[in-house]
Amino acid sequence: MWLAGEGVSAGFPSPADDFKETRISLDKVAVKNEAATFYARVAGQSMIGAGLDDGDLLVIDRSLEPQDGKIAVCLIDGDFTVKRLKVEKDCVWLIAENKRYKPIQVTEENELMIWGIVTHVLKAL
Amino acid sequence: MDVLKQFTPLVEVYSIDEAFLQFEGFEHYDLEEYARQIRKRVRKWTGMPVSIGLGPSKALAKVANRVAKKFADRTGGIYVIDSEEKRIKALKWLAIGDVWGIGHRHNKRLVLRQVRTAFDFTQLSDAWVRKEMSVVGLRLKHDLLGKSSIPLEMIAAPKKAIATTRSFESLIDDYQELRERVSTFANLCAEKLRQQNSRCYALVVFARSNPFMPDLPQYRNSTMISLPFATNSSLTLSKTALHGLDLIYKSGISYKKAGVIVTGIVPEDAYQMTLFTYENPKHQALMQCIDYLHKRFGPHKIKIANQDLNRTYKMKQAHLSPRYTTDVRDVIRVR
Repeated sequence: MWLAGEGVSAGFPSPADDFKETRISLDKVAVKNEAATFYARVAGQSMIGAGLDDGDLLVIDRSLEPQDGKIAVCLIDGDFTVKRLKVEKDCVWLIAENKRYKPIQVTEENELMIWGIVTHVLKAL
Repeated sequence: MDVLKQFTPLVEVYSIDEAFLQFEGFEHYDLEEYARQIRKRVRKWTGMPVSIGLGPSKALAKVANRVAKKFADRTGGIYVIDSEEKRIKALKWLAIGDVWGIGHRHNKRLVLRQVRTAFDFTQLSDAWVRKEMSVVGLRLKHDLLGKSSIPLEMIAAPKKAIATTRSFESLIDDYQELRERVSTFANLCAEKLRQQNSRCYALVVFARSNPFMPDLPQYRNSTMISLPFATNSSLTLSKTALHGLDLIYKSGISYKKAGVIVTGIVPEDAYQMTLFTYENPKHQALMQCIDYLHKRFGPHKIKIANQDLNRTYKMKQAHLSPRYTTDVRDVIRVR
């Protein structure tokens, strides 16, 4: 995409050259920390209430700290899942945004790794 | 590597998974603690575990890294050589064959001289090391003694030899097909030369049968051709490579592997035209045009007449794992 450009005739330096903008890049919008950014595809509709639908592309930032209320990609007992975090005093809950899915309580017995925090979702319409 | 560059601007990327970091002006820092932060951030941001070795020189940092790795449960992946005691202890532990910078040939000679550890190596006289291992070996010795003598290389030096070789998915019996592959290899070498703004003076072509199928007749041969002028033209190199192939080709052989290697590499602006033979100057303009079109429309779109127009050969890659971080079609799925 160009921002408000003008037709340029070959050879003649355009007076607009000094004010030419760069192209819009989605990278600049969605990727704050390139070295820590990864991508994933949503499978299923466990988070449909948050706007995450099957096939959507997630932008994940591994450098952000996990916090209560954030949507995170987690590795629980060997499986990747995307859920909203509920941090309580002595346990963590992984909450789905779909009535058909029960909240998952994570205790010492489970192996939970918070893989990264979801910052953006890209949907093809 | 990007994460590492956040901790100091002086970074030499040494291989696909190793780098040297230089800390100047960090005297107030507790570098071991800083190293722990580096290890932690790399692990968190990229998911990759790293071992870190610190020392007063590159060679000693490498030694420290080996210690950190070997005794990971005790070191936590980090080791600092910051005292004479630690330096000597580490060098006495390290076998001469495991020292960075000492390859097979030197190793054999050193073993004959009763040198068994890195420490023994540092006890040899400067004169002997200079004579037997050249100034490179001498710098290594001083580095290991704690006197930093090997500088950080921040810019990758241009390659001194460029090779394009392939093992074929299936054996090639047809001469034309082999010619086509060799022409492609020469073309790729030419592209790599242009990419690093170099030209070459010599070209090697080789071809061989499959040594793992001993029932078939075995043959391998190669030839080196010197060029009268330094070139990076796809046309010249392709023609030369095919001429070389003509010289070594033997019929009745099923070929499994072939390649083109260019050497005698000089920078683009250093080439001299010889008095009577020189390349058609239109080649340069043509090469620039081809490179520009490839940049715009993607690689392999333009081929010279003796390359196969229809097929672009891909690696078999039968065991390739999904490209989790470089192809959006292969990213992980999360439920």
